[in-house]
Amino acid sequence: MADARSVILGRIRAALADRPGPVTVPREYDRVRDLGDVLTLFEKQVADYRAVVRRVAESALPAEIESSLTAHGVRVMVTPADVPTWWRVGQFVWSLDAPMSPLPNAALDRADGVLTGCAVAIAQTGTIVLDAGYAQGRRALTLLPDYHLCVVHADQVVATVPEALARLESTRPLTFISGPSATSDIELDRVEGVHGPRNLEVLIVG
Amino acid sequence: MGRNPVTWLGSPTFPNAARDALSDVQLRGNLAHATTTIRTKRAAAVAELPDWQRLRESGQAIKDEVLSNLDSYLERLEAAVTARGGIVHWARDAAEANEIVLRLVKEAGASEVVKVKSMATAEIGLNEALEEGGVSAIETDLAELIVQLGDDRPSHILVPAIHRNRSEIRDIFRSRMSGVEDLSDTPAELAEAARAHLRRKFLSAKVAISGANFAVADTGSVVVVESEGNGRMCLTLPETLITVMGIEKLVPTWSDLEVFLQLLPRSSTAERMNPYTSVWTGVTPGDGPRKFHLVLLDNGRTQTLADRVGRQALRCIRCSACLNVCPVYERTGGQAYGSVYPGPIGAILTPQLGAGTDDPQTAALLKSLPFASSLCGACYEVCPVRIDIPSVLVHLRGKAVEGTHTPESVAMAAASWVMQSPARFRLAQRAASVLRLISRRGKVKRLPWPGSKWTDSRDLPAPAAETFSAWWRRTRG
Repeated sequence: MADARSVILGRIRAALADRPGPVTVPREYDRVRDLGDVLTLFEKQVADYRAVVRRVAESALPAEIESSLTAHGVRVMVTPADVPTWWRVGQFVWSLDAPMSPLPNAALDRADGVLTGCAVAIAQTGTIVLDAGYAQGRRALTLLPDYHLCVVHADQVVATVPEALARLESTRPLTFISGPSATSDIELDRVEGVHGPRNLEVLIVG
Repeated sequence: MGRNPVTWLGSPTFPNAARDALSDVQLRGNLAHATTTIRTKRAAAVAELPDWQRLRESGQAIKDEVLSNLDSYLERLEAAVTARGGIVHWARDAAEANEIVLRLVKEAGASEVVKVKSMATAEIGLNEALEEGGVSAIETDLAELIVQLGDDRPSHILVPAIHRNRSEIRDIFRSRMSGVEDLSDTPAELAEAARAHLRRKFLSAKVAISGANFAVADTGSVVVVESEGNGRMCLTLPETLITVMGIEKLVPTWSDLEVFLQLLPRSSTAERMNPYTSVWTGVTPGDGPRKFHLVLLDNGRTQTLADRVGRQALRCIRCSACLNVCPVYERTGGQAYGSVYPGPIGAILTPQLGAGTDDPQTAALLKSLPFASSLCGACYEVCPVRIDIPSVLVHLRGKAVEGTHTPESVAMAAASWVMQSPARFRLAQRAASVLRLISRRGKVKRLPWPGSKWTDSRDLPAPAAETFSAWWRRTRG
């Protein structure tokens, strides 16, 4: 008896015996779009998901991180080991996660919050994208703590989804984040806060 | 055949199931509320994109390109996933897919798995098959959890518990979870209860099972689109990840996703973007599962592909916009369709995926589904990949009545004979006017046989007191 793989491929070839002609894919949609000031739009769309967001100056970043963490009342923060040292401010306990010494899941679950950077941000949809690169860490870091503070630099913000995908390498582990964890499962109405971080805060630098 | 794929075994035909559903006032109220909410929001989300129609055209063409060369795209995907450390399996049908998954779970030494909401695994009845094999499957999507805890069946593609309102959900949680005696029916508290209930399971699970929204043939990257973060938990924390994916879920390249990541969220939850989208490729050392299995599922897809008109149903990205706008779905709910795929897309997908069943009751259900529509066309208007659902419905109706004499086929043949001759038509009109004698409030509810075959499933408007041609002769003649 033939194996499942050759049977399925054989069925497909038989099903396509009518040789449907080559398909020309139209690409008339907007890859780029003039949406005005992308930082202003990004800020507005992130806020629309009921995330906390504000614009800060580069020089004020450490002070702004400190005031966010203080306002949130956190004590133990996890962060990827490669975030800039000057982000790890104030009277907080900083647990560092590194490839050679990963924190156990239980420690991530107990932490009050996580601080990361990002790879790309999309203004039109208010989305931040993490690619496990610089200052972002592995995926579990931004998942288990209930509070995620994310630093986005102005040059990381693009206008549209196609512009963002063009900047990303799909073979890296990617997470697109648009607001806090939410559900529409009760009467098709959106409620924030299920399994992922219930509190998302974004600092836009520049 | 051990397990009946696609439909629920023993389901009645659509008209019979619909009659029961229509008498459920609570169900109709819940559905009308939910679908009205989402329709308004979707229209606003779509209106934000001036290039929406052009995105739909691209989405349609990308999917058609995949279907036209499905064999080579699948081979390309397999090679890419394998090169990145994943293991690819092929399953001809539901039974074979279930066997593969059960074997993999046992090899991983697990007796419990966490699951991300997945239409493919619901279609093949994976949870029941695992249960029979001694493995318990825990649904982690909120709506799937509500269905599972309520020993219920899903009624919507995106929100399987759409037929339940908040107080019904509270009652299910109170009876099936511990420590929630004081739970209220506010959605935020219900979501919090689900969070607490599942957190320990996420942290201890060895194996997770997911579906896939998309897979990129070129790179082997797999995409799951979700809202709650339960997907991220399952895709990230356990050691082993098993993904079951229909063979039609491919896109050729990474940049093709720029179309679907715009079409899908706005069509399904009416958001600019869903809260979380995860993309992974094979295995990444130090980040996520150490073992990744991808099960490629046929289960009737290749026989659907063979139908030149019907194959467009395989473009479907499971957004459920067609359900939310359908006047029939809104009144009957999803369970009347007897399958995990309800609504307009279910009415064309289920009969094609399940065709060839040797169970007579299932065959009767499958034949009845293409008639579960008024052909109003609203589904085609909203479909993000432009599936011409009304045309496929008509095509499948034709196949369903081939060689049979249904009330509809007999009535249509008779109408055709009458209308071929003006004399016969006038005579028929005069004969029809006697129907006014048995009508009430302008409707004929029940005709004597053989007309009863027609009125069994519909009312007949009473004929006008005067025909149009008589009125014309009187006033203009």
